[in-house]
Amino acid sequence: MDADTVDSRVAGVLDRLRHLPGALLPILHEIQHELGHVPAAAVPAIAAALNLSRAEVHGVISFYHHFRTAPAGEHVVQLCRAEACQAVGARALEAHVKQRLGVEFGATTADGKVTLEPVYCLGNCACGPSVQVDDQLHARVSPQSFDNLLARLGVTS
Amino acid sequence: MSVRVFVPGDSTACALGADQVAAALVEQARSRGLYIDLVRNGSRGLFWLEPLIEVETAAGRVAYGPVSVADVAELFDRDLLAGGEHPLALGPTEQIPYLQQQTRVNFARAGVIDPLSIADYRRTGGFAGLDRALALSGQQIVDAIKTSGLRGRGGAAFPAGIKWQTVLDTAADQKYIVCNADEGDSGTFADRLLLEADPLQLVEGMTIAGLAVGATRGYIYVRSEYPRAFAVLRAAIALAREDGYLGPDVCGSGRAFELEARLGAGAYICGEETSLLESLEGRRGLVRAKPPLPAIQGLFGKPTVINNVLTLASVAAILARGADWYRALGCGRSLGTLPMQLAGNIRRGGVVELPFGMSLRALIEDFGGGTASGRPVRAVQVGGPLGAYLSADELDLPLDYEAFAAKRAMLGHGGVVVFDDSVDMAEQARFAMEFCVAESCGKCTPCRIGSVRGVEVIDRIRAGTQRADNLLLLKELCDTMEYGSLCAMGGLTPMPVRSAVEKFPEDFGA
Repeated sequence: MDADTVDSRVAGVLDRLRHLPGALLPILHEIQHELGHVPAAAVPAIAAALNLSRAEVHGVISFYHHFRTAPAGEHVVQLCRAEACQAVGARALEAHVKQRLGVEFGATTADGKVTLEPVYCLGNCACGPSVQVDDQLHARVSPQSFDNLLARLGVTS
Repeated sequence: MSVRVFVPGDSTACALGADQVAAALVEQARSRGLYIDLVRNGSRGLFWLEPLIEVETAAGRVAYGPVSVADVAELFDRDLLAGGEHPLALGPTEQIPYLQQQTRVNFARAGVIDPLSIADYRRTGGFAGLDRALALSGQQIVDAIKTSGLRGRGGAAFPAGIKWQTVLDTAADQKYIVCNADEGDSGTFADRLLLEADPLQLVEGMTIAGLAVGATRGYIYVRSEYPRAFAVLRAAIALAREDGYLGPDVCGSGRAFELEARLGAGAYICGEETSLLESLEGRRGLVRAKPPLPAIQGLFGKPTVINNVLTLASVAAILARGADWYRALGCGRSLGTLPMQLAGNIRRGGVVELPFGMSLRALIEDFGGGTASGRPVRAVQVGGPLGAYLSADELDLPLDYEAFAAKRAMLGHGGVVVFDDSVDMAEQARFAMEFCVAESCGKCTPCRIGSVRGVEVIDRIRAGTQRADNLLLLKELCDTMEYGSLCAMGGLTPMPVRSAVEKFPEDFGA
């Protein structure tokens, strides 16, 4: 996406949402929804629209785990690390997933296919371990069923 | 004639394949020349049976589960649409013991109705509370909440009526109702289930709260990890507005109440009420010092009622059925019902709504059926990641706020995470600190830095390095975090850590 497209998409979002009380989070969500991430280049326009400093906007983006400042891989795999999933084998699954993808949390595979992220609870605690792939939640995930998930995404490495 | 078939559209049900089962049902019916009227209900909360499908027969609704796509053809072969016999048949849904033995108030409609049908909601008693509230003064509504004994279900258990009274008594040009739907505790999913299965109950409860205290705007802050719940809630709000239950003239009363759902962004700390308010205002979710209380200076500096999903949802039932009916449930100072959530290593996980007072053991053994692995229960964490670990011999504790507090534990939001005997409690204690490192907002040093040091100290204890000295250091660190932090994040992280050290010393090299 070129710089002009980014600018015009951001301007469009700002036009639609800047009037909301406490508009910053809805704006960041919408930009990330449209562009896949919140580029640093969007910060000055957001700051100007909301009468904030660029530091304030950057501070909010960096505070929340959900917002990313660089594009993610083709797919985002979120692995639950919280207690209810730990009780049914999430730690072993985590080791398997990292080994299988060859990346740590927060990193993207070399082929750009998968970004791996930790998540602390997906609200599926009666049927863990839980994994969310893009917007789809998966329950009772085992190392084997995780590999099947990857295969369906076309990840073969 | 078409037969109504219910397939949950709930997150957990869909994570177990409910969408594919729904598609297979439609396809099988079509290929056999049969007609079904597919309803995507919410879940009944009997998650170990998901996908649990129901068929409406002459004798009422009958259930089958857990159903996979591979079972669908055979179900039709055995006359599914007439409630035919099958190994997956569970009989009349309402007579499944797990459900029959509950006292459902918040979850009475969950899985029963189409969550996005105003007609279904009204037919099952919905909006009766709002109808009643519209005929009362603000003070009368607040009095009803006080009389009911309702306490905040988010974890702190503060009497809701007292909070509301403060907001009612504080004069302002604008007041707000804020719903905390940032359900971040591991082992909890009751808010999510309610949002997905019966969102109008929350809309009704918040509207009543608005009428009670004179607030004309409400916000629901839903965590971004719950995209499905957020979508259902938004759709429900739109429906309610279309039908005049929200907007400038609520039910023709001439009184206004507007509601908006907002999305969080993956910060556990935003479940803390002042941090949530900061986030709604568009800032980093740093906790605020109290006072001023949010009831006096809350959202945008205005008087604000901020309550959990279940607290606000309960208001609808209290107004509809009466404060005395509600307070007759429960025990001691814990009145009404508490939806407990059975999670982790448990055979029959799900939502169990009961009057306060049942023992934790009965909940885990009778409802939950023990561990999923079949191994003995070793530890149970109640109340989320900041709750204490209980050992297997402490399970006779009644589910009651005060009984838990007396044991230096907490009921919190009602999450129960069961661990079997393969758990390493030193690893769990370490995780409690690690979680605090990841999720501390950073405002208070004991929480921000203490948690980092906590991980290091526990690592040294686990490695056997100067064990006695480091255990003492950990104890002092826990004291510092507890007494030196503004909110429950730093203040309660010591709870799981201390309980693990005290009750499972053998895991710390003793």
